[in-house]
Amino acid sequence: MNAPIARLFGVVVLLFALLVVWTSRWTVFQASSLNNNSLNVRTLLDELHIKRGQILAADGTVLAKSVPAPGNTWTRTYPTGRLFSQPVGFSIAAKGEASGLEESAGSDLRGVQTGLSSIFGQLSPRPVGDDVYTTLNPKGQQAAQQALAGMHGSVVALNPSTGAVEVMYSNPGYNNNDPPSTSSSTDTTFNRATQGAYAPGSTFKIVTAVAGIDSGKYTPNSLINGKSPLVVSGVPLSNDGDKSWGLQTLTTAMTYSINTIFAQVAQNVGRPTMTEYMKRFGFYSKPPLDFPSFELATSKPVGPNGHPYPPGSPNEDIGRIGIGEGGMQVTPLQMAMVAAAVANGGTLMTPHLIDRVVDQDGRTVKTTNPSVYSHVMKPSTAAEVTKMMEKVVEEGTGTAVQLGGISVAGKTGTAQIGANGSNLTQPAFVAFAPADHPKVAIAVNVDISNGGFGGTVAAPIAKAVLQALLSNGG
Amino acid sequence: MSARNRELLGLIPASLLVTAGFAGVFIQRSNALSNVSLTYGALFLGLCIAAHVFIRITLPRADPYIFPLVAVLASFGLVMVYRIDPTLARQQAQWFVLGLILFAGTILLFRDYRKLERYRYIIVLISLGLLVLPRFPGIGYAANGAYLGVRIPGVFVFQPAEFAKIGLVIFLASYLRDTRQVLVQGGRRFLGITIPPLKQFGPVVVIWGLAMATLVVLSDTGSSVMFYGALLAMLYVATNRLSFVVIGLVAAAVGFWYLGTHIPHIHARVETWLHPLNPALYHAPLGSYQVANSMFAQAAGGLFGQGFGQAALTLPNGGALLPAPQTDMIYAVITDELGLFGAVAVLMTYLLLVARGFKAATMARDSFSTLLAAGLSAMLALQVFVIVGGVTRVIPLTGVTLPFISYGGSSIIANLVLVALLLLVSDRARRPA
Repeated sequence: MNAPIARLFGVVVLLFALLVVWTSRWTVFQASSLNNNSLNVRTLLDELHIKRGQILAADGTVLAKSVPAPGNTWTRTYPTGRLFSQPVGFSIAAKGEASGLEESAGSDLRGVQTGLSSIFGQLSPRPVGDDVYTTLNPKGQQAAQQALAGMHGSVVALNPSTGAVEVMYSNPGYNNNDPPSTSSSTDTTFNRATQGAYAPGSTFKIVTAVAGIDSGKYTPNSLINGKSPLVVSGVPLSNDGDKSWGLQTLTTAMTYSINTIFAQVAQNVGRPTMTEYMKRFGFYSKPPLDFPSFELATSKPVGPNGHPYPPGSPNEDIGRIGIGEGGMQVTPLQMAMVAAAVANGGTLMTPHLIDRVVDQDGRTVKTTNPSVYSHVMKPSTAAEVTKMMEKVVEEGTGTAVQLGGISVAGKTGTAQIGANGSNLTQPAFVAFAPADHPKVAIAVNVDISNGGFGGTVAAPIAKAVLQALLSNGG
Repeated sequence: MSARNRELLGLIPASLLVTAGFAGVFIQRSNALSNVSLTYGALFLGLCIAAHVFIRITLPRADPYIFPLVAVLASFGLVMVYRIDPTLARQQAQWFVLGLILFAGTILLFRDYRKLERYRYIIVLISLGLLVLPRFPGIGYAANGAYLGVRIPGVFVFQPAEFAKIGLVIFLASYLRDTRQVLVQGGRRFLGITIPPLKQFGPVVVIWGLAMATLVVLSDTGSSVMFYGALLAMLYVATNRLSFVVIGLVAAAVGFWYLGTHIPHIHARVETWLHPLNPALYHAPLGSYQVANSMFAQAAGGLFGQGFGQAALTLPNGGALLPAPQTDMIYAVITDELGLFGAVAVLMTYLLLVARGFKAATMARDSFSTLLAAGLSAMLALQVFVIVGGVTRVIPLTGVTLPFISYGGSSIIANLVLVALLLLVSDRARRPA
C-alpha cells in the first residue's frame, strides 16, 4: 500500500502548494489593489495612529491640530471652528472623510510614511506629519465673518502679485469640530467661495472691457450708443431704470454700468475672442487651487436646460454674457481672479492656499513659489481698465467702498433673480486696492437681497475686508 | 542519537518560539518585557518535557519528530490566541493540559490499538451519533447557519465533529482492511473501469450519503468535505484503484453542485467566495465581509508581516474588523502579522507533520495500522486545507478549526488524541519484529 500513500502525499503537497500560491496572491501580487480597495478600512485605521501636522494661518494662528484620543490614536480639533471651516475643512480618519485643506494637504499632514514601515515600523517612533502654513489672514477672515453676518454669501481675497488666498469665507458655514451630515439652512459644508454658482451681473463687464480694449477694437474713450432698450439675440435688453444714455465713452459705460453698451462691445468683439479672454481668466476650467477637486466648481455659462455650453458654443447669447447674464455662473474665487489679473498688470497668478510645509524639526520641506497661471492682457490694457474701475469707486456705482486716502478700483454687479418684475437681486462687488500698487484683490457675492445693489450691499462688505487686510500691512 | 533524544532536542525550538512569541506580544502591549513571558515559556517547556518523558517510557520507538512538530504548532497557537485575547489563551492552555492527559490516556489504554477494530461498529455509531448531536434542540446550537456545537449550559461546549472524525477513520481503517481484497478482485470491469461489488462497497456508499446528509442537516460543509476526502484517500490507499476516487469525486461534485445551487445557506457561501468584493454582498448580513477582510488582512501583511500584535482586529467602535480571529480566521491574523513567510512556515510545519504521519503508515506492518495512520494524516491535511483554503479563497469558507493553533478545547483535545494514535502506530511499526 506504499505506492498509493506516496501518491496521496503528492496530492497533499499539491493542495498545500495551492494554499501558498493563494496566500501569495493576497499578500504580494494583489496586495496593493486590496490595500486601496474602497471597502478596506485598514488604511483609515492606520491613519488614526498618525499624529497629523497642524494647519496654521499666515500669522501662525493654529487652525487645526491633533490631540490624543484613547487607544493610542489621535483626533483633530479646530480651535478657530466656524471662522476657517471652509478653507481648512475637516478630517475624520475613522470614517475616511476629509474636506478642504485637510484633504488636499493630506499627504503633507500625514508626513511621508515609507513602504519599509512594515519591517522597521516598530523601530521608528510613532509617525508624525508635517505642519502646513497657509496664506490665510485671520484679521481679514474675521472682517469677512462680521461683514457677512446675517447674509448668505461669500468673500474671497487674493494677493494679486502672488496668488495667495488671504480670505476665503462663506456664510452659512459650519463648525468643523462637528461637521453636519446633511445641509440645513443654518449649517452646510457647501463652500460658496469655490462651489457657489452666482450670477456675476455687471462685475463681468471687467472681462468684456478687457477683451474689447486688449483686442484693439475699443479704447476707454471709444464712443458707443447707450440707448435702451436694445434688441440682443432677438430679445430687448434694457439699462437700469430703462435709461437711454446716448453716445458715451466706454469709461462712462463702466462707471455707470450701462448694459446696452457692454452688450454691443461683447457682440462686436465676437464670440471667439470673448471665449479666448474668458479662458485666460480661468473660466471654463476648474480653478488651479490647491484644494480638493470635488470642492471646486467651474465658472461658465449654463444653458436654460441646466447644461453648461461648450466654450464658444453658437447657442451662447454672447451679448448678455458680456454683461454677466446669459446663464453665466461664477464662483467668488473666479471673480477674485478676474480682479487679481487686472491688478497684477494683466498677469494672472495661480491661486494657492498653502504657503509652506514645515516638518517637526522646523525644516521647511516645501514652499509654494508664486507661478503664472496665464498672461491675460497687455500691461497697458490692465492700466486702462484699472483707471476705468477707479472711476466706478470715485463717482459711479461703487462709491460705498471708498477707503479715504487709498484708491480702490472696483466694479459692482446686481443680478436680477427670480421672476420678471421681482425685486430680488444678487449683489456682487469685485475690487482691488490700492489701485496704483495693488495688494489685495477681492470678490464679494451675496446670495439674495430684497432690492439691494452691488454698490449698497456687497461694496460695504468689501470695504470692511479691504480695511482689515490693508491696515494689517496686507 | 536515539529517537527520544532527537525528540527532546526538537522541543527546544518550540519552547524558544513560545517564549519569544510571548515576549514579542508583551513588548508590543506594554513596551516593557515582563517575566510572565518567561513563565509561560517555562511552563510550556515543563509540559512538553513531561509528555516527552511519558512517550520515552511508553512508546520508546515512536517517530521522534511528530511530537515536537505538534509542540511547535501548539505553542505558536497559544501565542497567537494570547495576542488576540489573553483570557482565551489561559483557557487554551488549560485545554492543552487536559488534551495532554487524554493523550496519555489514549496511549495507556490502547497500547495495543488494534483492539479498536473489535469495537468498530460501536465506534462508528457513536461517531455518527456525535455528528447529529448539534441538531438536537436544547443542547445543539448553530453558528453562521451551521450546526457545529453542543452546549450543556454551565458545564461545557464542544464540537462533536472534531471527535467523530477520529472514530470514522478508525472504522474505515478496520472495514477497508477486511474488504479491500474483495473490493478489488470481486469487482467487474466495465468500459475499463473497475466497478466494485455493491455488497462490500455498500457501507462506503452509506458514508458518502452520511457526509452529504451532514452537509444538508447540519450545514457543516467543512466537516463533510473533510470526512469525504478522508474516505476517498483511505479507499485509494486500500485498493490502489484510481477509478474509485474518480467515481467518488464525480459523485461528490454532483452532490456539491446540487447543494451549492439549491441550499440557500450553501449557495450564499459560494457567492461570497466568488464575489467577496461586491459591495452589496460585502454589506449583506452573513455576506462576504469576513472573506473580504481576510483578504485585506493578508494584503496588509505583505511579505514579512506587520509584526506580532500589530494587526488591526477591531474597529474603533468595538465592532469586529476581522470576525472570528481566534478560530476560523486565525490564519489571516498569522499572515497579517508574520506575512507570507510566516504563513508558509506554518503550512510547512503541517506538511512535515503529515509527512511523518504518512511515513508511519508506510512503515506499519499490518493493513489496519497503515490505513489508520494514512487516514488520520489525510484527515489532518484536509482539515488544514479546508480552513486555510477557505481563508485564502481557494475554496468557499467553511468553519473548521486550524488544528493545534485555533482556539477551541474540542479541537486541541481531539487532535492530541489523533497524534497519540499516530505515535502508537509508529511505535509498533518500528518495533523489531
